[in-house]
Amino acid sequence: MSGWKIINGEAAGLPTENVDTDQLIPARFMSTPRSEGYGRYLLHDVRQDSPDHVLNRTSPKVLVTRRNFGSGSSREAAVYALVDFGIRAVFAPSFGDIFSGNAVNNGLLPARLPEDVVEDLLAELGTGTADAHVDLMAGTARIAGRDIEFDLNPVWRKKLSNGWDDIDLTSQHSNAISTFRADRMARFGWANPTT
Amino acid sequence: MSPSQTLLEKLWKAHTVLQRDDGTALLWVDRHLVHEGSHHAFAKLAARNQKVSEPGLTFAVVDHYAPTRAGTLDPDISRMIRTLGDNARAHGIQLFDLKDPEQGIVHVIGPELGLTLPGVQVNCGDSHTSTHGAFGALAFGVGATEVAHILATQTVWQTRPRTMRITVEGTLGEGVTAKDMALHWIAKLGADGARGHAIEYAGSAVRNLSMQGRMTLCNLSIEGGARLGLVAPDEVTFAYLEGRRYAPKGDNWTRAVEDWAQLNSDPDAAFDREEHLDAKDIAPTVTWGTSPEEALPITGKVPDPNQYDASKRAAMRASLEYMDLTPETPLTSIPVDQIFIGSCTNGRIEDLRMAAKVLAGRRVRVPGLVSPGSARIKRQAEEEGLARIFTEAGLEWVAAGCSMCVGMNGDRVDAGKRCASSTNRNFKGRQGRGSRTHLMSPAMAAAAAVTGHLTDVRPLLEGRL
Repeated sequence: MSGWKIINGEAAGLPTENVDTDQLIPARFMSTPRSEGYGRYLLHDVRQDSPDHVLNRTSPKVLVTRRNFGSGSSREAAVYALVDFGIRAVFAPSFGDIFSGNAVNNGLLPARLPEDVVEDLLAELGTGTADAHVDLMAGTARIAGRDIEFDLNPVWRKKLSNGWDDIDLTSQHSNAISTFRADRMARFGWANPTT
Repeated sequence: MSPSQTLLEKLWKAHTVLQRDDGTALLWVDRHLVHEGSHHAFAKLAARNQKVSEPGLTFAVVDHYAPTRAGTLDPDISRMIRTLGDNARAHGIQLFDLKDPEQGIVHVIGPELGLTLPGVQVNCGDSHTSTHGAFGALAFGVGATEVAHILATQTVWQTRPRTMRITVEGTLGEGVTAKDMALHWIAKLGADGARGHAIEYAGSAVRNLSMQGRMTLCNLSIEGGARLGLVAPDEVTFAYLEGRRYAPKGDNWTRAVEDWAQLNSDPDAAFDREEHLDAKDIAPTVTWGTSPEEALPITGKVPDPNQYDASKRAAMRASLEYMDLTPETPLTSIPVDQIFIGSCTNGRIEDLRMAAKVLAGRRVRVPGLVSPGSARIKRQAEEEGLARIFTEAGLEWVAAGCSMCVGMNGDRVDAGKRCASSTNRNFKGRQGRGSRTHLMSPAMAAAAAVTGHLTDVRPLLEGRL
């Protein structure tokens, strides 16, 4: 995965709260191999039920939405659907914890904004799109002509900008892991599953 | 003396291999549970040409796509099940496949097999991994990238959640269960009410729960936005675990119990957040909307958005529209088309016993499915005569798996149909496209089957508890 520092594109509003991962990708699509692409499954049923849905008309890189986005199941496929659709950043007052971690592991920015800022942006965006510019390192964005600042965990910022693969990073610590393992097995023999 | 610590802090410290300056910790994973949905993670591993680092600590089970009835399998479903088997064999991982007498839902069989123990860290690519916290295990769900990372390294990078304690004092009324306790706090605090936190459940009402009840409570932590749930282990925990297949034996058991007895929050440990609830305020609770936070006591009415804050109205209206409900309708007037009893939330033997208490000697007015949480529970329920009570009442008794909670195996609720369900998510389309789900306890789902509408189970249980 390659890292990124700047997004330039369009933003769209999704004025809904609790957009859970079952909505983001219905379970019946999850047996698909990733290589086939997940973009067409993004909010599949919601979009099919409302042909005029903003994501049926536009291809934004940025989404602005209400609280508790990505709540529910740990399915990383919800993030694949967003990323494969072309979304690079989601702005919301809050996110599901597991979703946020999955997002960052796939180059998708989950950025928190205060509720009133989100409401202003949603009002501005309406049912259309507007220009968006996101500066990851500065923690700032310009959406629909409004300048905003967002909170971001510094670890996530680093991961998104570097596009690092955690497995490679962790491999550098293989000695520490082996030592920990040996010590744990010795001190807490009961933790080892035996029949 | 070391400063006072919460249970979470003790568990976290015990699993920290190393800590980065930015606060992220590399945690050791004692038990890694995988299922058919782990195919993305195995594919990532294959792309790197990497092996599973600790096959002995990794356990695979068929659950999400497990068929619950005999017959020909959909090719997609059989491919998912075959892929898990192929991956397990290729990496030397113990597999509980469809024919295994220990097969079942991953969060049900982990504890049943004694894989889940106090003080261990359990990870699984499934959000309801929080279930295992009922044993005082550090247990949380992860995504596919993290599953691949655990497969490759037996560790996971995490930032420690904030600590939160929910204390429930008092005695739950008859017919009121751990499920109601969970829906009650989620309705109060919101579906993101515990976001970023690890919840420790405490108080006499929690202490008095069986392990099954504690698992239901911890299972639903995620529906209130928490990263994980915890109950400090005690004699109830130890009694449940002793003699289980993978639980420690002999001297190891004695040492384990000594270590486990230390796993609790120090009396003066400070939590980032505290919530207090009174058990007597908790009634049998049902959801009316499309988020677990949209829940009310069964004695209530469908809410009227006009009586709520403007910021809530749009979401409430959307929920009511999807659920096809009219404000001010008494909840007990809502007819249901079918019921489902099962899932990692409420598919355990006690859940089935409670449902059977309601159903014994009665006939159902609407069809329904009962899917036990594991093959072991299925056998036990058949031996205890529960299965016969279900079938004689007119319900369908099927095999173990995630079944109609998530619909991946084809057990679905049709569009526009309303289901009284003992599961964990009433999300739009969760049980099938266009399905309408009302969450409740297994006893409440059984009561809805008997009357054909949402029903307060308490009168139906009179003289039966």
